[in-house]
Amino acid sequence: MRLEPIENPGIARRLGPPALALGATVVIASLLAMVAGANPFSVLGLILKGAFGSQFAILETLNRATPLIFTGLAVAVAFRAKFWNIGAEAQLYGGALVTVVFGTGMLALPAYSMLPLLALLAVIAGALLLLVPAILKVRFGVDEVVTTLLFNFIFLLFISMLLEGPLKDPMGMGWPKSARVLPEARLPRIVEGLRLHWGFALALIAALCVWVIQTRTTLGYEMRAVGLNREAAAFAGIPVNRVLLQTALLSGGLAALAGFSEVSGLKGSLTLDLSPGYGYTGIIVAMLALLNPLGVVISALFVAGIFVGADSMSRAAGVPTYLADIMLATALLLMVLAILLTRFRVVRG
Amino acid sequence: MEILEILFTASFWAAAIRIATPLILGTLGELICERAGVLNLGIEGIMVAGAFAGWMAVYSGTGLWMGVAVAMGVGMLFGLLHSILTVPFGLSQHVVGLGVTLLATSSTYYAYRLALPEVTSPPKITAFQPYEIPVLSDLPLVGPALFSQTPFTYLAFVLVLAVSLILFRTPLGLAVRAAGENPAAVAAQGLSVTAIRMGAVIVGSGFMAMGGAFLTMSAFDSFFFEMVNGRGWICIALVVFGSWMPGKALLGAVLFAAFDALQIRVQQTEFGADIPYQIFLMMPYILSILALILMSRRAQVPAALMVPFNKGER
Repeated sequence: MRLEPIENPGIARRLGPPALALGATVVIASLLAMVAGANPFSVLGLILKGAFGSQFAILETLNRATPLIFTGLAVAVAFRAKFWNIGAEAQLYGGALVTVVFGTGMLALPAYSMLPLLALLAVIAGALLLLVPAILKVRFGVDEVVTTLLFNFIFLLFISMLLEGPLKDPMGMGWPKSARVLPEARLPRIVEGLRLHWGFALALIAALCVWVIQTRTTLGYEMRAVGLNREAAAFAGIPVNRVLLQTALLSGGLAALAGFSEVSGLKGSLTLDLSPGYGYTGIIVAMLALLNPLGVVISALFVAGIFVGADSMSRAAGVPTYLADIMLATALLLMVLAILLTRFRVVRG
Repeated sequence: MEILEILFTASFWAAAIRIATPLILGTLGELICERAGVLNLGIEGIMVAGAFAGWMAVYSGTGLWMGVAVAMGVGMLFGLLHSILTVPFGLSQHVVGLGVTLLATSSTYYAYRLALPEVTSPPKITAFQPYEIPVLSDLPLVGPALFSQTPFTYLAFVLVLAVSLILFRTPLGLAVRAAGENPAAVAAQGLSVTAIRMGAVIVGSGFMAMGGAFLTMSAFDSFFFEMVNGRGWICIALVVFGSWMPGKALLGAVLFAAFDALQIRVQQTEFGADIPYQIFLMMPYILSILALILMSRRAQVPAALMVPFNKGER
């Protein structure tokens, strides 16, 4: 078989394959639900209802989407420049760590200056964390995929060490858990009485900023050029290494904001289960959004919805929650294929 | 010096070889894929799937070797999926690989929950037992270290030799290497780059799954979540460390495992007791990164690694 580019793809060509990919994902999930002995229609219904069926469900989905928007943006920014940051998980914990280190009493400031300062410190921490693999890449040619992946393991062990050592909450009854951040270091709720904090609004603002950077600035243009063809970009006089380092700083900083927002907005303290893999899920979010920063918001809501919905479905129908992860992995693989098929047709020979 | 004494005990080297075995198999599998020009980031998930499939097969009543075959088969299925998407369709090997890891891991956990819904601790199987090779196992130091392992470990060593011979002494091996270096030349010979690359990814994935199966069927006798714990990513670093040569990759894996075995023992000494255990657990990952930094400049990367090949295109 061979792939042949399509000159002017029509509307059916552009929408058909992605729609089929989503449809196939639903079919596969239904089959798996049947394997588990459940009625597939009620399982899918329960997922939808659990994700969007009530005010509580919607707020839960928005809360879950918040860190995913940040990590999704982090991945989208990096992947656009073909800088493979798989370390958003470590950078998220970097941001969370800084938030508890400075937010539990080291700084005594009113909320209006405390919160921006903590966010800034978190961004710096995340950026520095990703700067190390980025420097290893441009200086020594070390592949960043492996280094960022391995960094996740190293950094989580480092956090575990701190939580059992200097950061351990003396009031924590022996649990490896940090002290709670000061009230001034807590992100308030957007509407009093509704369980949704300003981290969500911050995530939307971040998405808008990244969109502006990518479409309206020289840096955005350079990042895209480096991603499209590194040699050609270098030939055109774009300082490839500098652009890669800037991309890393931006990407790491965005991922760290997820950690800041989770601690400051939701949890109030740092534990080892702060993130159930938001850094890795960010890759799915970014890919489903075709690396578009505004699309990241929508795909984060979709992904968060599946997770939240699967949790409540699992309690009701007895189907393991891992169904959500399978659905997302399937959607990811089928969607990258579908996007290809919007521009190419398969011919024999 | 306590640490020096450790280095001269047979049990230390026996442990090193045992720890090295899953890394050897995983690294060998990744090496086959990369030699043909495909980076397989599915390795981490494929090892998880292999660990579960082999163990589950034995738990449901098949023989041990049948379990290894089942694990390998499951790994090859994920390899087939990976290769369809990355070879004929030429999709991003990074994205597909991570997707396969995610799919393999989550479907394994799903299957585990369905197969054993009520258990709190997973059941045990009768795993591979050490087999002392006559005469050789009586040698001092080397005997207990190398020749008193389980048959699964012997298999891994034999496979390294076999892959080495096939890669460098047969036309098939030449075709695989050429697919990773200069696919246009392979196509000019009238061979199918697509078939060679897909075959390499499928076989390589089978090896990775065996590496996972070693954990549940020889090193331990049960399946746990988080069991593979980054070993797949370490294997990718070991391929670079071994300069894409099976023999060097094996040495790298053993060296690496020796450090791992050493840190476990140092932890139990007086000197080690004062150091947080997390520092020791970090060592394998830090070592992998150091190995990458050390080798990346000198590495002979297959020229067409991660470059999709389209017939008739230049």
